[in-house]
Amino acid sequence: MLTRRELQMALAAAIIAAPFAGGAAHAQDPIKIGEMNSYTRMAAFTEPYRKGWELALEEINANGGINGRPLEIISRDDTGDPAAAIRIAEELVNRDEVVMLFGGFLSNIGLALADFANQNQIFYLASEPLTDAIVWSNGNKYTYRLRPSNWMQTGMLAAEAAKLDATKWATIAPNYAYGTDAVAAFKEQLKALKPDVEFVEEQWPTLFKIDAGSTVRALEQSKPDAIFNVTFGGDLAKFVREGSIRGLFDDRPVVSLLSGEPEYLDPLGDEAPEGWIVTGYPGLAVNTPEHDAFETAYVDKWGEAPKTGSVVGYNSMMTIKTLLEQTPSLETDDLLATMSGLEVDSPTGPFFYRPADHQATMGAYVGKTGMVDGKPGMVDWVYADGADFLPSEEDAAKMRPAE
Amino acid sequence: MGFYFAQFLTGLANASSLFLIASGLSIIFGVTRIVNFAHGSLYMLGAYFAYTLITTLDAGGFGFWTGVILAALIVAVIGAVIEILVLRRIYRAPELFQLVATFGVLLIIQDVTLAIWGAEDLLGPRAPGLSRAVRIFGEPIPEYDIALIIIGPVVLGLIWLLFSRTRWGVLVRAATQDREMVGALGVNQRWLFTSAFMVGAFLAGLGGALQVPRESVSLLMDLSIIGEAFVVVVIGGMGSVTGAFVAAVIISVLNAFGVLVFPQISLVLPFLVMAVVLIVRPYGLFGTAASAHGPPTVPEAPMKPMSIAGIAVVAAAVALVALLPRLDDGFILVLMIDVLIAMLFAASLHFLMGVGGMVSFGHAAYFGLGAYAAALAVKALGLPMLAAMAFGPLVAALGAMIFGWFCVRLSGVYLAMLTLAAAQILWGVTFQWQSVTGGDDGILGVWPARWASSKPAFFYLALVLSVAGLVLIRHLAHSPFGYVLRGGRDSPIRTEAIGIDLRAHQWLGFILAGAFAGLAGVLFAFSKGSVFPDALSIGQSIDGLIMVLLGGVQALIGPIFGASAFVLLEDYISRLDYWRAILGGVILVIVLAAPNGIAGGLSGLWQLVRGGRKTGERA
Amino acid sequence: MSVLSVSNLSKSFGGVDAVRDVSFALGAAEFLALIGPNGAGKTTCFNMLNGYIRPDRGSVTLEGVELVGRKPRAVWRMGVGRTFQITQTFPSMTVRENVQMALISHHRRTLNMTRRATRLYAEEADTLLARVGMAEEAARPCAELAYGDLKRLELAIALAHRPKVLLMDEPTAGMAPSERIALMALTGEIIKSEGVSVLFTEHDMDVVFTHAHRILVLNRGTLIAEGTGPEIRANPMVQEVYLGGGTVFKGEANDA
Repeated sequence: MLTRRELQMALAAAIIAAPFAGGAAHAQDPIKIGEMNSYTRMAAFTEPYRKGWELALEEINANGGINGRPLEIISRDDTGDPAAAIRIAEELVNRDEVVMLFGGFLSNIGLALADFANQNQIFYLASEPLTDAIVWSNGNKYTYRLRPSNWMQTGMLAAEAAKLDATKWATIAPNYAYGTDAVAAFKEQLKALKPDVEFVEEQWPTLFKIDAGSTVRALEQSKPDAIFNVTFGGDLAKFVREGSIRGLFDDRPVVSLLSGEPEYLDPLGDEAPEGWIVTGYPGLAVNTPEHDAFETAYVDKWGEAPKTGSVVGYNSMMTIKTLLEQTPSLETDDLLATMSGLEVDSPTGPFFYRPADHQATMGAYVGKTGMVDGKPGMVDWVYADGADFLPSEEDAAKMRPAE
Repeated sequence: MGFYFAQFLTGLANASSLFLIASGLSIIFGVTRIVNFAHGSLYMLGAYFAYTLITTLDAGGFGFWTGVILAALIVAVIGAVIEILVLRRIYRAPELFQLVATFGVLLIIQDVTLAIWGAEDLLGPRAPGLSRAVRIFGEPIPEYDIALIIIGPVVLGLIWLLFSRTRWGVLVRAATQDREMVGALGVNQRWLFTSAFMVGAFLAGLGGALQVPRESVSLLMDLSIIGEAFVVVVIGGMGSVTGAFVAAVIISVLNAFGVLVFPQISLVLPFLVMAVVLIVRPYGLFGTAASAHGPPTVPEAPMKPMSIAGIAVVAAAVALVALLPRLDDGFILVLMIDVLIAMLFAASLHFLMGVGGMVSFGHAAYFGLGAYAAALAVKALGLPMLAAMAFGPLVAALGAMIFGWFCVRLSGVYLAMLTLAAAQILWGVTFQWQSVTGGDDGILGVWPARWASSKPAFFYLALVLSVAGLVLIRHLAHSPFGYVLRGGRDSPIRTEAIGIDLRAHQWLGFILAGAFAGLAGVLFAFSKGSVFPDALSIGQSIDGLIMVLLGGVQALIGPIFGASAFVLLEDYISRLDYWRAILGGVILVIVLAAPNGIAGGLSGLWQLVRGGRKTGERA
Repeated sequence: MSVLSVSNLSKSFGGVDAVRDVSFALGAAEFLALIGPNGAGKTTCFNMLNGYIRPDRGSVTLEGVELVGRKPRAVWRMGVGRTFQITQTFPSMTVRENVQMALISHHRRTLNMTRRATRLYAEEADTLLARVGMAEEAARPCAELAYGDLKRLELAIALAHRPKVLLMDEPTAGMAPSERIALMALTGEIIKSEGVSVLFTEHDMDVVFTHAHRILVLNRGTLIAEGTGPEIRANPMVQEVYLGGGTVFKGEANDA
């Protein structure tokens, strides 16, 4: 005889769409984890990320999974739409019965998922979103974030910018929350380090629709000593082209957020600017034993060098692996308790999740852009530990809403 | 002085790029009356082909320019293929139906491009011999910008020659001004349409190819240009190439100077200009009244009250849906709530465009207004859920009242474009006004009240409100008021001639449609728990259009089919790789198999079955 | 006693006088024709009578009330109906619904959102359809109608608000000769039974001379003659205008 649930499933399949069947959990059943990202909308940035976590997943399962249970990732495309992301999260949590969620690239989707996690009492690890709100002003009990945030990365840059003798700054950032947050965070931290700086011009081109010529000229007109840039992707390419042909960057330092990431730097080819102070990831140039192992495995599997997303994807899985190995059960409360202060070893070095604000202390690389073996890359870089660029846990906790 | 002149030149260079894509769009619209959503995709393909050709040929200036022209030619051939395989078969479908097909084409091209060229942005070489800057009044101006400034007017001149000195051009102009005349001239209309589409595609491809030295070639090129291209075409007057040129210059130069004063302006500037132009000149700068509408279509059959059997079937369907919570596997209800919301949204749009004949490209504005109003009512005003649910539609209706007052003064595609401008302006406001709307970080934590927070409870709430909304809309369509709207759609002259103030009725219809969309938006906000500017984006508006057109404009039941099909299809297909191409393919199949939409196709099938039975009986 | 009085009606477009100082009166239950060669200003004249075009000068009064300056729909409400040269109906409605629309408007119920439109004034609509001989077609979709039937339907629509004056622009254009006679005969009967006054423009002189009580002749924007059929035929100025235009006039005079 059919069980009630099987009957439900059969009827449901007949009525709506073909749902994935699920049964009762056994010891050897895989541990199911839900994952989603903007794989079609932001393909260039999310592909390396997917390759990163897929590699880690393969390694984990090849080594016997988690306590003998294989790990299964149900990965979905959020289509770049927060509403679709919520619908998919509902399906992952309620139909597929995953134990936790991770992923997200766009900040608004990250925030929507974090809010969903809070409402539905499920653990969500925000892998890629950079917005500070996700752990601070909109932080909640159920959400942790891996990647070094806006505040942290602009802090790393502000520290370098303060060493320049530039006082008049101009900023250029895409006109959306990520851009405005980054500029505000940079200003605040640079002013704290060097009170005499002034910001003489701000440009806010529409995301992915920059009118680079006009914008460059507007910046040039303000005659700044230095420029802080947040544009990325296609906007950055246009900005660099128009800026260099019009001499905007001649004798003028540029401090640029994330531009050292291969996702953004590689497409610029031999036109990549040299000497910009950036945060990013030097890729193959990182020579630590942990990183070498990751690098070899990654190049073997995918036939290309890892990018920033690859590290974020890989570190997400490292986090999950460590979490699942240490958690007493797969119940959300146990997962959350284990996450608090969880220490994770990764190719880019160890980091931990701060109990007070749920932010990981994973760092980023700070250096200058330059040519490495005829390709754009980072030179004179150092690894900046995320812990050094976060407010104290006490201060951070104050920024979070009361629970 | 030198600075401002240089800024002007920068604006002109941008204008040339914009003109190339817009001129092609305008020619295609002028001749075939197709609102070609895939035009941005042709532009993108031009850039990708040019990138490949230029980097492969790699022989200095000759290789570069050969690559550019070849790329444009390849795109022209692709355009011809699209026209012959898809569009040619559906010219007789109801007005704007072809839009769905071009949307399907857009989805397919997105994924094909991804498969061929990969996800990473491609930065092509600069134009050989034009890679530096020259100094004009001491200001550096890129040589390539100057080349573009020359190319724009040259292309305009060539198009002018083509139009005035060739038989083909004369026919194209005739078709643009008076469609029936072309048929009367005994011209092979098929050939004319295909060739016009090819020329349009060539220009789009050329525009894309010429961008290679300026920006990296990326998968986002199609959607980032299409909105502005439409704006330029509309400001210039649909079908007018000269108009497109003037409009491109206006938009680009305004933007070049606008960013000096107000750096955020680019977000809404094109749409602001379009709104102002349309309010002052209802057919754009160079357009004519004839350009507002597509070819006359077969009128829909008179409406009939639902038969007893029909009522029984609908009641049974609603009862079945009401039983869904018993079958829930944790997700069916979520999906059904989305379907119900989509149905209500699509039905409100259908009331406007199907019943009222007012096509809206910006109906998401009222959906989003409802959603934001409800979210703010909860978060900022502290209202309980039900009060917020009443507040949302009211605000949406108020918005529709303000924008509708301007919109109902226009008709056809121009009306559609003004609704789009309104929606984009509103989108810009929610995007930019961070202190109130949270900008693109949205408003979070808009969850239902405790009593409605369980999935079944909220499902029933959504079911009751959506079904009530749908019944009400149907009832309105059958009321004298609904008949007046249909009358206005059929014959505005006759409507006025029997003493009816058509505009006033259309305005009220616009407001009601806005209120129903607002109700759908309210349900949306509470079902998702958050609201983002995406709720009133072009994408949301297009989804609504696709649902209505796919379902069938000429049937009140159409949006219900269209919304269900679209939501279920998208939900299911987005699990697969290359889901956009698959969705596009499915849309094309439906479009070709049922040019009157799903409802039209089903009723055709029903007639066939009944007809078959009757013949059987006779035999 | 005249129902509609027109005096010194003038309109120019870009300096060209389309209509100049036209004055005439339409009597009660009169069947009045307005003729003239192409471009004489007939349509402009018509459009000024019911508010589609605002005249530069002059006045139009309906039973002493000024119509100039009112919108077409206001003119309609005061009792001036109109049919169009190219028929204007609602193709996606049935024949009966087309008439019901006019009735709904006449009874000012266009904003009603609660009733079912098809249930309002159905009998009245059928009576009107019977009057124009279309009772049988009431339930058919309007889009299926033959051209002549559309013209009769327009007549039924025009009668729905019990007009005092009916303006008919080229009522028989595009119809077969037999249909023309039938339609005009019908109009004549309606004039008698309803007491409505009709002003119509027409190209077919047969129709004009057979049915019109009185004829106005317009040439280059001015009224050059006014009178009964025989008077107009005998008028040398009219003959000159029509001979100059090289038409039909003479032959038809012979026929008569």
